[in-house]
Amino acid sequence: MLRDITIGQYFPGNSLIHRLDPRFKIVITFIYIMMLFTGDHIVCLSVGAVFTAAAIILSQIPFKMFVKSVKPLMPFLILTAALNLLFISSGDVYFHWKFIKITSEGINVSVFMLIRITLLIMGSSLLTYTTSPITLTDAIERLLSPLKKLKVPVHELAMMMSIALRFIPTLIEETEKIMAAQKARGAEIDSGSFMTRAKNMVAILVPLFISAFRRADELATAMECRCYRGGEGRTRLRQLCSAPRDYAALAVTILFYGGAAALGIVLK
Amino acid sequence: MSNIIEIKNLHFSYPAEEGSEPAEVLKGIDLTVKEGEFMAILGHNGSGKSTLAKHINGILVPTSGTVTVDGINTADEDKIFDLRRRAGMVFQNPDNQIVSSIVEEDVAFALENLGVPYEEMRRRVDEALKDVNMYDYRLHSPSQLSGGQKQRVAIAGIIAMKPKCIILDEPTAMLDPQGRREVMSVIKRMNREYGITIVLITHYMDEAAQCGRVVVMDKGRVILDDTPRAVFSQVEQVKKIGLDVPQVTELAYELKKAGYDISDDIITEEECINAIKKLFS
Amino acid sequence: MAILETQGLTYVYSEGSPFQKTAVDHVDLKIDEGEMVGVMGHTGSGKSTLIQHFNGLLKPTLGKVLLDGEDIWADKKNIRDVRFKVGLVFQYPEYQIFEETVFKDIAFGPKNMGLDEAEIRKRVLETAHDIGLGEELLERSPFELSGGQKRRVAIAGVMAMNPKVLILDEPTAGLDPAGRDKILGHIKAYHKRRKNTILIVSHSMEDIAGFADKILVMNKAKLFCYDDTEKVFARAEEIADIGLDVPQITKVFIGLKKQGLDFGKDVYTMEYAKKLLLKKLAEKGGTKNC
Repeated sequence: MLRDITIGQYFPGNSLIHRLDPRFKIVITFIYIMMLFTGDHIVCLSVGAVFTAAAIILSQIPFKMFVKSVKPLMPFLILTAALNLLFISSGDVYFHWKFIKITSEGINVSVFMLIRITLLIMGSSLLTYTTSPITLTDAIERLLSPLKKLKVPVHELAMMMSIALRFIPTLIEETEKIMAAQKARGAEIDSGSFMTRAKNMVAILVPLFISAFRRADELATAMECRCYRGGEGRTRLRQLCSAPRDYAALAVTILFYGGAAALGIVLK
Repeated sequence: MSNIIEIKNLHFSYPAEEGSEPAEVLKGIDLTVKEGEFMAILGHNGSGKSTLAKHINGILVPTSGTVTVDGINTADEDKIFDLRRRAGMVFQNPDNQIVSSIVEEDVAFALENLGVPYEEMRRRVDEALKDVNMYDYRLHSPSQLSGGQKQRVAIAGIIAMKPKCIILDEPTAMLDPQGRREVMSVIKRMNREYGITIVLITHYMDEAAQCGRVVVMDKGRVILDDTPRAVFSQVEQVKKIGLDVPQVTELAYELKKAGYDISDDIITEEECINAIKKLFS
Repeated sequence: MAILETQGLTYVYSEGSPFQKTAVDHVDLKIDEGEMVGVMGHTGSGKSTLIQHFNGLLKPTLGKVLLDGEDIWADKKNIRDVRFKVGLVFQYPEYQIFEETVFKDIAFGPKNMGLDEAEIRKRVLETAHDIGLGEELLERSPFELSGGQKRRVAIAGVMAMNPKVLILDEPTAGLDPAGRDKILGHIKAYHKRRKNTILIVSHSMEDIAGFADKILVMNKAKLFCYDDTEKVFARAEEIADIGLDVPQITKVFIGLKKQGLDFGKDVYTMEYAKKLLLKKLAEKGGTKNC
């Protein structure tokens, strides 16, 4: 049940997209998001869709994984689209009943919204699917490293992030174990009234917190024993080096963005 | 050979909680360990063996007395990282000492902290992984590994620092028999091939029997300090403090007690088989 | 009569995905009431998956689990009752403790059963006594206790449900020899008084040799054997072949047999080995040195 969570899931591989420098991938993703949200002509979105489709094909990750990434957010998306559809009242009116009006503008906005968000989720899923969380953290740390001068604890934040990532599977497994143990003592977790279930959550959360603190304590000692003393003077095993392909990918993205923007202006 | 660890009249108490006397955990320990030795510290829970281990790399410092490791006084805060690089520590719970979600990066963690340059780090990480037979798993996530494998990764993370001494605090307590065998064989090889001094804290007598020297602790004191053979032949005394002796040692001891001519310092199955055969010949 | 029975029990993890794995493969088993069973098998042999079927935490992919002759999954609504009848203590159970006092933590199971205050109190006191926890500990916080004591609190929490079958998954893992002997001693005494069925999973055949009437061995998702202790130990060589640890004493007698001294195959406890050798030596007569 808990294992179905796909956030931050990573599919190891060796495609072009996998091999791109994660720093570039993050920057590219940002440009991509800008592309989706600045163009307001259907052509701009089409360009975005083509770009997404190309990247997905290059990543060699099955398309159904991207469908899966959008699925959990579908109810939310449909609700937003429906609200836009029903309550935007400008444009030609196609249908009118009491206070509900369906207008050309409403259809436009909701369809745009739907496509944009879907593309956004697919694009950012592509980033996490092809980049291991730890590499991603690392890249963020390096992209943000100029902020160190402003006394932002970039290294510490990144270290916390990566430790959290390291312990997610451990804590999921632990939660499952504790749940099974309390179920064996007759605790009702997936059945029973809301109140009993809420009460029984305590029986899971208390041991889980105690264990997390114990782990944190032991891990801190183990880190000290391995000479951890903050980010100062650290070297790294993982070297991030950019290759011509990274610049090429960036250039292609910018071209797409430029093209979409230009088309948007011309066709207006 | 020179002494790598020198412990002199070590006393240690945890700070007293309100309204109670400070409980003295270590009550005057004198112990020296020679370079390249393979030593086990045996004792039941609460005997002070883990507390003693934590003194060797400066996680704890003595209330009185001194601990010196490779010439460094563990109470000297300026040299703490020097000390920890030379005396690495492996803990009981394999999950709680692995920092990174990729095996090879975890092995590199100490080297990153020490600022080792990339080329050398790469080489040392690969060597350490090969030493513990985990090279093929270098890109795996620790959550995909068995307990024994995780513990070997933790050992690799220490070996990569090129320490002179490794202290292992009950490294096999949470492992299954297979994992225990893997870990023991790695530890033994590190001692044999690189001459790394090993201090193995354990309550498994079969592991202690594989060491060169066994120190038995009880109530914060060292009560026996000898070869495994000599220690286990003290069947009564070892059992009295709640520890086991190997079954073969106990059997020989019982036969001798019944008046048969059998040596009382048997610790392997082979010795036992031969001794019994002799009785029947 | 069999209290627990499995018929063609099969369990497949992640069915239909590329990670599909058969953890338990067509296991047929009958465990009689009142027996003390040792369960062995190495990590991944399917033993943990098997025992989680006995109290309905897992539902068989194929086959049936019968408790007292009735299919536990016949009516899904009764599965909670099955969990009260078959108590399961997981590995490192002290990590499931959550209440503020030892008393409350032991009472959690009985309370979930819907018992009245007086009955709960009676059960908690009884089991605390059974597992060797003094009454003075009951109002203390379980988190202040020693590791061994915490483990006993957690075990008591399951025992207090008065299960007909009690299953313990490696109850002595990580304990020192004294702690191990204490817990096994209390479980044995509890078994003697209550005469209920107990299954103990253990990696240590030396421990199992000390308490079990019967031994169940799992290997590669299949039932390797389920038989009387001495009969299983008579197959010690096969058991060593599948990678399990055989007691040192048994290995010695296997070695002796190979060298022509055959004292029978069923030597697995210290006590018996000693008696046997002394008897044989007396029969032989001769070199006593005093």
